Amino acid sequence: MSVTVFVPGDSSARSVGADEVAQSIARVAAQRKQPVRIVRNGSRGMAWLEPLVEVATDASRIAYGPVAPSDVGALFDAGFLRGGDHRLRLGPTGQIDWLRKQTRLTFARVGVIDPTSLDEYAAHGGWVGLRKALAMTGVSIVDEVMQSGLRWRGGAAFPAGIKWKTVLGAVGDRKYVVCNADEGDSGTFSDRMVMEGDPFLLIEGMAIAGLALGATEGWIYLRSEYPDAERTLLTAIDEARAAGFLGDDVLGSKKRFDIRLRRGAGAYICGEETAMLESLEGKRGMVRPKPPLPAIAGLFGKPSLIHNVMTLAAVPLIVERGGAFYASFGVGRSKGTLPFQLAGNVKHGGLVELPFGVTLRTLLDEFGGGTASGRPIRAVQVGGPLGAFLPPAKFDVPLDYELFAQAGGMIGHGGIVVFDDTVDMAKMARYAMQFCAIESCGKCTPCRIGSTRGVEVIDKIRAGDRRDANVALLRDLCDTMTAASLCAMGGLTPSPVLSALDQFPEDFGLRTAART
Amino acid sequence: MTHASPSDSTTEHQLAAIDSAIERLRSLDGALLPILHAIQDELGFVPREAVPRLALALNLSQAEVHGVIGFYHDFRSVPPGRHVLKLCRAEACQAMGSDALAERLAHEHGASFGATTKDGAITLEPVYCLGNCACAPSLMLDGKTHGRVDSARLDALVEGAR
Ligand SMILES: Cc1cc2nc3c(=O)[nH]c(=O)nc-3n(C[C@H](O)[C@H](O)[C@H](O)COP(=O)(O)O)c2cc1C
Ligand code: SF4
Ligand code: FES
Repeated sequence: MSVTVFVPGDSSARSVGADEVAQSIARVAAQRKQPVRIVRNGSRGMAWLEPLVEVATDASRIAYGPVAPSDVGALFDAGFLRGGDHRLRLGPTGQIDWLRKQTRLTFARVGVIDPTSLDEYAAHGGWVGLRKALAMTGVSIVDEVMQSGLRWRGGAAFPAGIKWKTVLGAVGDRKYVVCNADEGDSGTFSDRMVMEGDPFLLIEGMAIAGLALGATEGWIYLRSEYPDAERTLLTAIDEARAAGFLGDDVLGSKKRFDIRLRRGAGAYICGEETAMLESLEGKRGMVRPKPPLPAIAGLFGKPSLIHNVMTLAAVPLIVERGGAFYASFGVGRSKGTLPFQLAGNVKHGGLVELPFGVTLRTLLDEFGGGTASGRPIRAVQVGGPLGAFLPPAKFDVPLDYELFAQAGGMIGHGGIVVFDDTVDMAKMARYAMQFCAIESCGKCTPCRIGSTRGVEVIDKIRAGDRRDANVALLRDLCDTMTAASLCAMGGLTPSPVLSALDQFPEDFGLRTAART
Repeated sequence: MTHASPSDSTTEHQLAAIDSAIERLRSLDGALLPILHAIQDELGFVPREAVPRLALALNLSQAEVHGVIGFYHDFRSVPPGRHVLKLCRAEACQAMGSDALAERLAHEHGASFGATTKDGAITLEPVYCLGNCACAPSLMLDGKTHGRVDSARLDALVEGAR
């Protein structure tokens, strides 16, 4: 009888040697005539333990990590195929504190199952939501989404249900469900982990949306930086179609829904939904003015439900267990869970799914364990390149959309990038402006020209050239960008810039007394 | 540019790749990006000669096709080196020392952004996040992501590509 060994096929695990570990295990197993079945699962999200190898024993899955190819011989010597003791043994995976303390709703299967095995997806509760949805009316599905309190996970955090209602009521000879898998925000990888680790979940979420709204076509806009996710998704889509979950007659319902995947081309702005639509139509990714709302006139002018991967991936559970179940997690008007992503200079980085309301301090201390460098944390950036930098004094604010916004932050896609005390915040402010200059779609002057000017002005401030006058100029520039940009690219770039300036004036050569 | 004969640098093989990508994908909705990707997947870049052919096949102006190619960071108009190295320049990787890797590439390996090394081995490009931010700093070499890259790993990867 062969023993099942899990070695993640997730691209992050592969980036630190998972393929070599899998090969090594296969080779040593063959040499020692100890048959193994190697499953390339998703990642459990404990990045510092990757490559994390798990062995299925009678009682539970036993984890070892981080495993290097050179450890494999010793692991066999230690009898790891029976869960034997070894310096890298972490115990039963589910009991590792870091995992045990999480609330994994969206990530329940990620790292557990073989990502493209339909059998395993079904055996772990897959397709229950879709089957239930087939017996429901569109209106009642939309009601569940409304009740769940689910809000857009891609950034803006409006209630998802309202968008569903709009598309449901919109008239068109064809409707689309568009999945925004551009995941452009640095410091975020939850979309990638789901697409690589549980792709049927996204497919199921899109199919439910399609059935509810009478949309027959699902499009996924996937960033080109994710070739592994592309391969996995394409395989999963083909399998789902062959098994009747997609196609002209979804599970014998006579209803049609199918999914196609399109690859982005390295433009951050194409994560903005209207630029994404332009890109999907084969054009330059220029932001469209709104109205019309994409829900009314979106892809190819047709009513389109656009959601982020995380939003769509929350849908199967909401339909399966009911909106009220989902809404029982979280605080205030921030319902459900959010998969936070701990990144950058953090000791224990990775994916932490928790109900809203947790504080940054809990995430950084209890989960993150401080910095990777061992130095003090000086700042974190939450919500991607357009998010504010926050100093430790703000770490006790709960991560709730409203409260966090009051504190000057933006939860966005839930990415948290940690910096230690060697960071130069004036350099980070410069980078924010430079990023905007590189990625601006060019439609509005404040964003296109203002960001380039911003880089120059920050350079002067850093060089000590007429510092006060240039700081005033920088603030003016930021005001203009905030007020006169068509989209959040230009509109929010001032947020990291000004938060760096206000919270860390000493890095700009200003007296610390200016701290607000 | 006119529909005149292909420039000398455009080989038969390249023209065949362009035509086959157009033939296979032209009927898709929003076909231009998928075709450009298919051409670049095959050739490593999008040759100038693709522009009039794409314009003709998709009923667009050459200016429109040019505009699209120029808008997206991914599409190259000149052939890359034998390997393409994309170094992540975004925040999480900066927090873990990616700037030092960029300097090392410049000073030790003669690689600068947007250019190919003199020996033709490596084209270096910036990338803004590879979704590997918890194993930073990261880079992508020929489509495979590498994480926790220190100077020794960087040197080994670069030397391996030479
Ligand atoms: C500059 C910019 C970049 C964006 N990038 C992304 C992205 O990479 N992924 C994403 O899902 N949403 C992104 N958004 C938000 C989208 O415009 C849109 O709100 C989202 O796709 C809707 O999905 P949701 O309802 O699930 O949030 C971006 C917005 C802006 C202004
Ligand atoms: S703010 Fe910038 S990115 Fe947004 S529409 Fe204007 S120019 Fe384009
Ligand atoms: S910031 Fe470098 S991989 Fe995300």
